[in-house]
Amino acid sequence: MPYLPNTDANREKMLAKIGASSIEELFKDVPAAYRFPELKLPKAVSEMEVLNELYGLALKNSSTGCFATFLGAGAYNHFVPSAIPYLVSRGEFLTAYTPYQPEVSQGTLQAMFEYQSMVAALTGMDVVNASHYDGATSMAEAAIMAVNVSNGKRRKIVVAPSVHPQYRQTLRTYLPGQQVVITGDENLDASLDDLKAMLHSDTACLVVQNPTFFGELLDVNGLADAVHAAGGLLVVVAVPVISLGLLIPPGEYGADIVVAEGQPLGAGLNFGGPYLGIFAAREQFVRKMPGRLIGETTDTEGRRGYVLTLSTREQHIRREKATSNICTNQGLIALTAAMYLAYMGKSGLRAVAEQCYQKAHFAAAEIDKLNGYQVVTRGAFFNEFVVQCPKPVAEVNEALLKKGILGGYDLEQDYPNARNQMLVCVTEMNTRKQIDMLVEALRSI
Amino acid sequence: MIIDPQARYTETHEWVRKEGDQYVYGITHHAQDALSDIVYIELPAPGDTFSKGDTIGTVESVKAASDLYLPMGGEITEVNEALTTTPEVINSDPYGAGWMVKFKATNPGDWDSLLTPEAYEQLPGE
Repeated sequence: MPYLPNTDANREKMLAKIGASSIEELFKDVPAAYRFPELKLPKAVSEMEVLNELYGLALKNSSTGCFATFLGAGAYNHFVPSAIPYLVSRGEFLTAYTPYQPEVSQGTLQAMFEYQSMVAALTGMDVVNASHYDGATSMAEAAIMAVNVSNGKRRKIVVAPSVHPQYRQTLRTYLPGQQVVITGDENLDASLDDLKAMLHSDTACLVVQNPTFFGELLDVNGLADAVHAAGGLLVVVAVPVISLGLLIPPGEYGADIVVAEGQPLGAGLNFGGPYLGIFAAREQFVRKMPGRLIGETTDTEGRRGYVLTLSTREQHIRREKATSNICTNQGLIALTAAMYLAYMGKSGLRAVAEQCYQKAHFAAAEIDKLNGYQVVTRGAFFNEFVVQCPKPVAEVNEALLKKGILGGYDLEQDYPNARNQMLVCVTEMNTRKQIDMLVEALRSI
Repeated sequence: MIIDPQARYTETHEWVRKEGDQYVYGITHHAQDALSDIVYIELPAPGDTFSKGDTIGTVESVKAASDLYLPMGGEITEVNEALTTTPEVINSDPYGAGWMVKFKATNPGDWDSLLTPEAYEQLPGE
C-alpha cells in the first residue's frame, strides 16, 4: 500500500490544532535517547549472504518434529494435513480484510459461516462467533458477557482452580476495569462442591474447564442446575478442543457459554501464536455476545448469501459501546479450523480423539508400573494425566531432553502442593515407539 | 415531524409525559424515523432506580443501536413488555403503544428542565 504523504502545511495545521509547536515537542514524552536511536546496522550485503545468515540462525532452532513431544497444557501437538497450510496460504484468504461489504466478500463470509456451523455442532451450542484471539481471552470475554447478561447486577465470577492457570491470569488481566470480583481459585484445592457453595444471587457465572487442566473429566451431573438455581451462567472451557470429538458436548449438559482454544484444529503450535479463541453461546444471549457473527440470508432474487449479522453490536457502528473490540485478527485461523474440521469430518475428528485417548491411557498404565513413578490422576481422563515423579520435574525434563524427548508440564509452577508432579500429554502424533522411549527414559532417570 | 403536545422532550429525542403521579417515557417520532426499522429493545426491570441522565436500556434498529437516556431520575414502576416481541410498535406508534417505561420521579422538578413541545420543534437541524 502506498503511503499517503502529509504536506508540511498539513503537519503545521495538525500541530497547531493539538497545540504542539513541533514534531519534537509532540514526542517529548519519549526519552530523547530513544527518540532517534542510532541504528547500528551492518553494511548492506547481497541476498545470497542474507539467506546464508538466516539459514545459519535457523539451524540453531529445534522444532517439535525433532522430539518425541509429551508437552500439552493448553497448546497441543497434533497432525496438520498438508492440504490445510496449502489452502489457507492462498492469496484470496491470506490477505482478505474485514468483510464489511457482503457484495464483494461472499467467499470469506461463507467460510466463516461454515466455521460457526461446525463449531456449533462440536460444542452443542446455538451460536458461535468468529472469533477471538485465543482460548484465554475467549474465557475473559465470556465472564464479561455473563456480567452483561445480568445487566451488570451480578458481578461475582467464580472460577475453578482446575481452570488453566494462564487462563485465570488472563481473566485477571482483562477485567480490572469491570468492577467485578473474581473468586473460587484462592483455594487451589477447592472442589466442585466448594465452588457450588459459592454460587449466590451476586454470581454472574461459574467457570469450569472440562477436561480440567489436570486432564480429568469433570462430574457435570447437576452442575448446570446448581449454577442456574443461583441465577448465574455456566461457562465451560472446552480445552483441549479435540476432546469434543469423543466427549458429550457442553451444550448437552447445560453450558450457557462454551469457550475453547482452536489451535489444535489445524493451526499447529506456531511458537505460541497466532491461536484461535472459540466462543459459543445459547441463542437467548446472542445480543450480549461479543465478536462477529456471520448469518445466512437471501438476496433480492432469492439466492442464498451471507452477511455480518447483528452488526449494530459491533465497533464499526457502536464504537466504544460495542460488546467487544475483537474483530478481524483471527479470521485466518478460524478459516484454518473450518478447513481442518471439514477435512477431518465427523469420523476423522473422532478417530483423532480416540487415538489421543487410547495412547494416553496406554502411556499412563506403562508409566504407573515404573518404580518411583505414580499416575495420580484419579477417575476418567482424556489425553493428559498427572505423574508423581521421584525428582523435581525440571530435572526429569532435562534428562528427557538429552534423549530427544520433550517432557510434560511442571505443575509445581502453578500449584505449590503439586511437588514433583508432571502433566503428561499424549496425542495421535505419539507413536508406540515414542511412548516406549519415554517409559524407558523415565525408568533410567 | 409528529409531536405530542402533552409531552416534554430532550435534545436526544426522548419524550416524557405525566400520567397521574408517575411519568411515561419513550422515544420521539423523529428518533424512530432516524433509526428506521426497530428490531430489538432492551429495557430495565421494575424497581430499578436511575439518576437523571442514566442509560436505562438500548434500542436497536437495522441501522444502529442507541442508548436510552432517562432525563429525570426515578424508580421504574412498569415496563412495556409487549415491545420485547413487537418492537416495531415503536415505529408505528412512538407516543402511544410504543411507550417504554413508567417511573416515579425522585425529583419532580426535573420535569421543568425538559423541552416544551414548541422548543423541541425548534431544535436546530431537525
